[in-house]
Amino acid sequence: MRQTAIIGIGQTPVREHWDYPIRQLAVQALWAAIKDAGAKHIEGLFVGNMLSGALAEQEHLGALIADYAGFPCIEAVKVEAACASGAAAVRQAVLAVASGHLEIAAAVGVEKLTEFSGKFSGKALATAADADYEASIGLSFAALNALMMQRYMYEYGYSKEDFAPFPVLAHQNAQYNPNAMFRYPITKEQYLKAKPIADPINLLDSSPISDGAAALVIVPLKNIQSFGGSAVKISACEIATDTIGLDNRENPIVLKAAQKSAQAAYKTAGIQPRDISLFEAHDAFSIITALSVEASGFANAGKAPKLAADGVFNINGRLPISTFGGLKGRGHPVGATGVYQLVEAAKQVRGTAPDKLQVDDVRLAMTQNIGGSGATVVTSILEKI
Amino acid sequence: MDIPRYWRLRNQRYRLEGTECIECGQRNFPPRCICPHCKSDSLKSFRFSGRGTVYSFSTIYQALDTFDKDIPYSIALVKLDEGPLITTQLADVGPDEIQIGQPVEMVIRKIYEDGENGPIQYGYKFRPALKE
Amino acid sequence: MSKIMKPIRKTGIIGYGAYIPKYRLPASEISNLWRDGQDKDFLPIKQKSVPGPDEDTITMSIEASQNALKRAGTDPQKIRAVWVGSESHPYAVKPSGTVVSQILGIVPDTVAGDFEFACKAGTEAIQAATAFVGSGMGEYALAVGMDTAQGKPGDALEYTAAAGGAAFIMGPAEEAVAVLEGSYSYVTDTPDFFRRAHQKYPEHGNRFTGDLAYFHHIFNAVTTLMEELNLQTSDFAQAVFHQPNVKFPRKKAKDLNFTAKQIKEGLLVDFVGNTYAGASVLGFTAALDKANPGDRILLASFGSGAGSDAFSFIVTDKIEKVRDRAPSTRSYVHREEKIEYARYARWRNKIVMH
Repeated sequence: MRQTAIIGIGQTPVREHWDYPIRQLAVQALWAAIKDAGAKHIEGLFVGNMLSGALAEQEHLGALIADYAGFPCIEAVKVEAACASGAAAVRQAVLAVASGHLEIAAAVGVEKLTEFSGKFSGKALATAADADYEASIGLSFAALNALMMQRYMYEYGYSKEDFAPFPVLAHQNAQYNPNAMFRYPITKEQYLKAKPIADPINLLDSSPISDGAAALVIVPLKNIQSFGGSAVKISACEIATDTIGLDNRENPIVLKAAQKSAQAAYKTAGIQPRDISLFEAHDAFSIITALSVEASGFANAGKAPKLAADGVFNINGRLPISTFGGLKGRGHPVGATGVYQLVEAAKQVRGTAPDKLQVDDVRLAMTQNIGGSGATVVTSILEKI
Repeated sequence: MDIPRYWRLRNQRYRLEGTECIECGQRNFPPRCICPHCKSDSLKSFRFSGRGTVYSFSTIYQALDTFDKDIPYSIALVKLDEGPLITTQLADVGPDEIQIGQPVEMVIRKIYEDGENGPIQYGYKFRPALKE
Repeated sequence: MSKIMKPIRKTGIIGYGAYIPKYRLPASEISNLWRDGQDKDFLPIKQKSVPGPDEDTITMSIEASQNALKRAGTDPQKIRAVWVGSESHPYAVKPSGTVVSQILGIVPDTVAGDFEFACKAGTEAIQAATAFVGSGMGEYALAVGMDTAQGKPGDALEYTAAAGGAAFIMGPAEEAVAVLEGSYSYVTDTPDFFRRAHQKYPEHGNRFTGDLAYFHHIFNAVTTLMEELNLQTSDFAQAVFHQPNVKFPRKKAKDLNFTAKQIKEGLLVDFVGNTYAGASVLGFTAALDKANPGDRILLASFGSGAGSDAFSFIVTDKIEKVRDRAPSTRSYVHREEKIEYARYARWRNKIVMH
């Protein structure tokens, strides 16, 4: 297998994009990435998306987006793995290039949740859970995460306010990211007073419904000189799965798929968790940040909120997380999220993050994209060349 | 109207029927066609007793539209006496009355009504175990 | 002509079970909202039971029947008839009995139909189940009387219209906890109270409710039953009457020469309200909970429209063994959480959104 690199990155702002259809969001991000790469064409396109069928009445995104991007005859396909669709599409692009099948491939994550009313998108999002035994008996995604959070608080003796550092940090960082949905800070007091969604989860634990697209252009590492773009090595992009139902897990507050994909990623990259300079966590809900950090080996079980309180995850801390605001601050355009994380990690490695967000001396940046209540997890490691 | 699903899941929703692996004895709810533990396809139906304890819980204040008129309502992961966890709504209980570890028992309740004209979907919920 | 009804084969109750939802609406809540508390000294009962938002006649019938099954210890597959009597069947078309029998594991070798006769639908189902078993058509039959009664907001009925009921597994006398000695039903066309199809709330036929309806029908049913069986009121250890409020059954008992002690255990209306098709049978389960072997118990229902079913049961020594296999009726009476009118209005669809 060949080693691969990201040669171009692109993104749209994360917003409620009422004025753009799915195809236009995707084409904007895709062409931004192609231009950034200094390329003119791509041989294959992998589209990460979860809900275009349910929420925009449009499937067949591979062909649609390839067509509207001006590449009507290339290989193109949609990849779906709930909220992990984006990074799962990246993984397919990486495999296509690494295998020697393609010389240049793109992954675009795109999602448009605001085409219909909010409640409808909540129901569509819940299709990532077990339809027969979770969603159809009244459990939303927030509900499943609340079950994890409640048990976590019980086992490790935390109270609600111990989770405040996660959303407070996400908003703190998001205010300096021009593409973020929420560009303002929040306080611990606001967090504690926020309206409940699924107790103990409240509004400020929860990433927002949003639209957006992000894209990467991927080439063999050995060919990066042929492009004008600033290359970042893809040291690992590993995917793992777990039971679809939260109740079928040995331990519902351990993200086993995150453990497996992170361990595989460390092994592929030949590194240890302590080598990682920053971590783009999948903070769809505050509890998931804690579980993700722990599953990835950055904290012992039950210690993540403690580390957050100590400032470990701040931009100038030992392991900055969600440096562009994460899902909570930047927004969570479901199938695009995993690609946004990689675009942001690539910026950190390139050293082109906004001043207040740039982490010093980034050598290795890790991202983790989580689908469902943890049933699909993609862990990626980017490395400075 | 998800009538086929409702009909197909009757024995699960009405009677808590899961599976027991004939090879290794592992019990599962929902039922499996391959044993997750030993990969055997020799499984038989197993009816859980419907008794257990609260493993985790939440009260829902913002729900999927089908359940919006029911808020606030409570849900739980219940550890069944026979081992597995089950995801369920709770019945007859207010948000401040639930505790992890509390004994609960299965009851049959309305899960939702499929609109004004659709079928009424009945199934398991769990409530605090009755004191004799 | 002999008027008494007895099956060819001696038949009795093999198992019985009650159910009452947890929530209670104090009558004072209704009085304060609709009458400014003016009638606070004349309230028909203290409080009524209110079903939770996820309960209906089917779910309540299931729990009562599960309790009956626990006491009976019968293989559900041997139950060959499931009859649910109610005026609040959740479906207009699709029998409550289909869901009940599926959940209890009685299907598919069974008949399953719904009965409706206002507040005597439950005892009507007991009559039918007794006949079914007594004729030898089936070994066991399940009869349920259960309701989630609705009273129009502000109407006198709203104070009492409640939810609950009981289930009975009828079977051969040799296995019975109470053997049927005989029964008698008295029915006329009396429009004392009715609900037209598609209407949400019932109507009263002026002052027919008392003398012409309740008192007349129960009186005839009970006196005929006692005459035919050659019994005096003193032969009964307990008597249970339909109980739309506290006053009616007390007055009826007095007219028939029953003592306050004889009706005490079976009179639950003050604590749970009028559970319609569930009312007399629910009281009857409370009487059985306290009965001794050899006791004779009178059960007399009343259903508007109108009619009354009267039964004489003789308790056997098997009662001692089965009583504690399921929660007592009083334990459901005591399991209570008071709610305010607002929550009641929301749960019982009094707030119309369209």
